[in-house]
Amino acid sequence: MEKARHHITSKTILIHLILIVGALAMVFPFIWMLLTSLKTYAESIHVPPVIVPKHFQWVNYKDVFDLLPFFKFMFNTLIITVIRTIGQLLLCSLAAYAFARIEFPGRNILFLIALSVLMVPGQVFLLPQYMIMVKLGWLNTLQAVVVPGLFSAFGTFLLRQFFMGLPKELEEAARLDGCNHFQIYWKIMLPLAKPGLVALGIFTTLWSWNELMWPMIVNSSPESMTLSVGLSSLQGQYLTNYPVLMAGSFLAILPMLILFMILQKQFIEGIAVTGSK
Amino acid sequence: MKEMPLQVEVKPKSKLKIPSLSKTRKRSDYFWAYCMIAPTMIGLTIFYLWPIIQTIYFSFTEWGAFGQYEWTGLDNYRRMLEDSNLLQSFKNTGIYIVFTVPIGIFLSILIAVLLNQKIKGKSVYRTLYFLPVITMPAAIAMVWRWLYNSDYGLLNYLLSIFGIKGPQWVSDPKIALYSIIVVAIWSGLGYNMVIFLSGLQGIPRSYYEAAEIDGAGPVKVFFKITLPLLSPVIFFVTIMSFIGAFQVFDLIFMMIGKSSTALENTQSIVYLFYQHAFVLNDKGYAAAIAVLLLIIILIITAIQMVLQKKWVHYD
Repeated sequence: MEKARHHITSKTILIHLILIVGALAMVFPFIWMLLTSLKTYAESIHVPPVIVPKHFQWVNYKDVFDLLPFFKFMFNTLIITVIRTIGQLLLCSLAAYAFARIEFPGRNILFLIALSVLMVPGQVFLLPQYMIMVKLGWLNTLQAVVVPGLFSAFGTFLLRQFFMGLPKELEEAARLDGCNHFQIYWKIMLPLAKPGLVALGIFTTLWSWNELMWPMIVNSSPESMTLSVGLSSLQGQYLTNYPVLMAGSFLAILPMLILFMILQKQFIEGIAVTGSK
Repeated sequence: MKEMPLQVEVKPKSKLKIPSLSKTRKRSDYFWAYCMIAPTMIGLTIFYLWPIIQTIYFSFTEWGAFGQYEWTGLDNYRRMLEDSNLLQSFKNTGIYIVFTVPIGIFLSILIAVLLNQKIKGKSVYRTLYFLPVITMPAAIAMVWRWLYNSDYGLLNYLLSIFGIKGPQWVSDPKIALYSIIVVAIWSGLGYNMVIFLSGLQGIPRSYYEAAEIDGAGPVKVFFKITLPLLSPVIFFVTIMSFIGAFQVFDLIFMMIGKSSTALENTQSIVYLFYQHAFVLNDKGYAAAIAVLLLIIILIITAIQMVLQKKWVHYD
C-alpha cells in the first residue's frame, strides 16, 4: 500500500516538474518584458544584468506616449476590432442560419462557393483587395482595415455547425405562431447559438487586435495606424532603447491580457472549438 | 414527439389551406434566405472570390511604375524557375516547417497528456501555456529580440557564465532562422495543446480503466490507447500547422530587420510575396508567387483528404 502511494507521488512530482519548467519557459519572456520596461536605460544594458530595477521607472510608459501617438493607435485598433467582431458575428450568423436551416434553391452550391474561400491562402486575396482600396480612395483609413474583415467564410462555416445542431421543434412552434425566418433567427436561434458566437467573437477579436500584414499594407499613416503596425515600426527607429520598447509592447498586449484573464474559460474553449471544427 | 397526437388532430382541418399556405410560405422562406446570405455572399465575392480570379490573371502580367500592366503570358512563371531568391525562400520555409511542425506537435502532445492526468493546478498551467497565443506577434518579436540581443541580451549573458561566447542570434545568417523557429514553437505550443487537450478529453475513461485492470504501464497505455484514439486530432493539427507554417510571415518580418545580413537566409515565400507586391511594386511576379502558394496548398489539402481515409483511426 505505502509503496504504491509513494510511487504515485513520485510520478506526480515528475509531472509537475516537467510542467513547471515548461510554464517558466512560457512565462519568462513576459516577466522579462515587464521587468525591463521598468528599468533605466543604463540598468537595461548593465552586465551582469540587473534583474529587478532599483526604482521602478514608470516614466518609460510615459515616454512611449511621447515617442508615438500611442493613444491614437490603441483607439484605432479598438475601433477596428469592435466593428469587425460585431459585424462578423452579425453577418456570419445571418448567412449561417440561412444555410443551416432554410431550404432554398442553390443552397448547396452557394455554400460550397463560400467554403472554397477557406482553402485559399490569404496572400491570394491581398493584391486585388489592395487595389480595391486604392480605387475607393480608402488607403490610410480605418474602413480599409475593417471592411474586408466583416465577411468571413470561416465564421459562416463555424456558426452553421452550431445552427445545425439545434432542435427543429423550436422552429416549428415559432412558425405556427406566424414568425418568419428572420424573427426565428433573431428571437430563438441566435440566443441558442451563444457558445458559437462567443467562440467566433473571441477568435475575431484576437485576430483583429494582433493582425499585421493587411493593416500594414493599407495603413501607413500614424493617423490610422494600428498597434501591431506601430509597434513594428518602433522596432526599426528606436532600436536600442529597450525599456521603452518593452513598455510599448506591454501596453499593446495588456488589453488582450485583461480580456483573457476575465474570459479565460471562453477563450480556451473558443480556441478548441474554432481550431477543431 | 410528444405532440404527435395533437398534430394528427389538426391535420384534417387545415388540409384545404395547406397548398396555398405552403406556397407563400416557401416564397417567404426563399426571400428571407436570400436576404440573410446576401451581405456575406456579396462581401465574399467582392473581397475574396473575385480577387482569386484577378490574382490568377495578374500572374500573367507585368506591372509598370504607374499601376499600368500588360499581358506577358508565362513570363513570370519562367522567371520563377531561375529566381535564386525564390529557391532560397523555399529552402527557408522548408527548414522552418521541418522543425516547427514536428517539434511543436510533439511538445504540445506531451504537455496535453501531462495536463490530462489527475493533478492539481491544471487550469493554472493551462492558462500559462496559453499566454503566447493571445499575445500580439509584434510584441512577441520585440521581447525575443531583446532576449536574443547579442550584446546585452539575457541569453548570451547566461551563456557567458559557462564561458561560451553567444552568437548573433538574429543577424547571423546561419543561426537566425533557427532562432525564429524557437520563437515559433514557443508561441504556437499553447494553441495546439488546447486542441489536443480537448481531443484527449474525448477519449472515454473506460478505456484507461480497462488498461489499468490489465496492468498496462503508462508507456503502453500511451501507445496502445492514447495515440491511436488521438490520431484524427493529430492528423488535423499536423495539416493545419503545416499550412500555417507554409505561410509564415509576421515573425520573420518583425524579428529580422529589413537590411539584416540574415534576411536572405530567413525570408519565407510569403515574405518574398510581400516584397514583390508592396515594396518593389512588382505585382505581376507577386501574383505568380501567390498562385504558386495556392497550388501547393490545394495539393496539400488533396493529399490530406486521401490520407485521412487511409490511416487515421476513427473509433
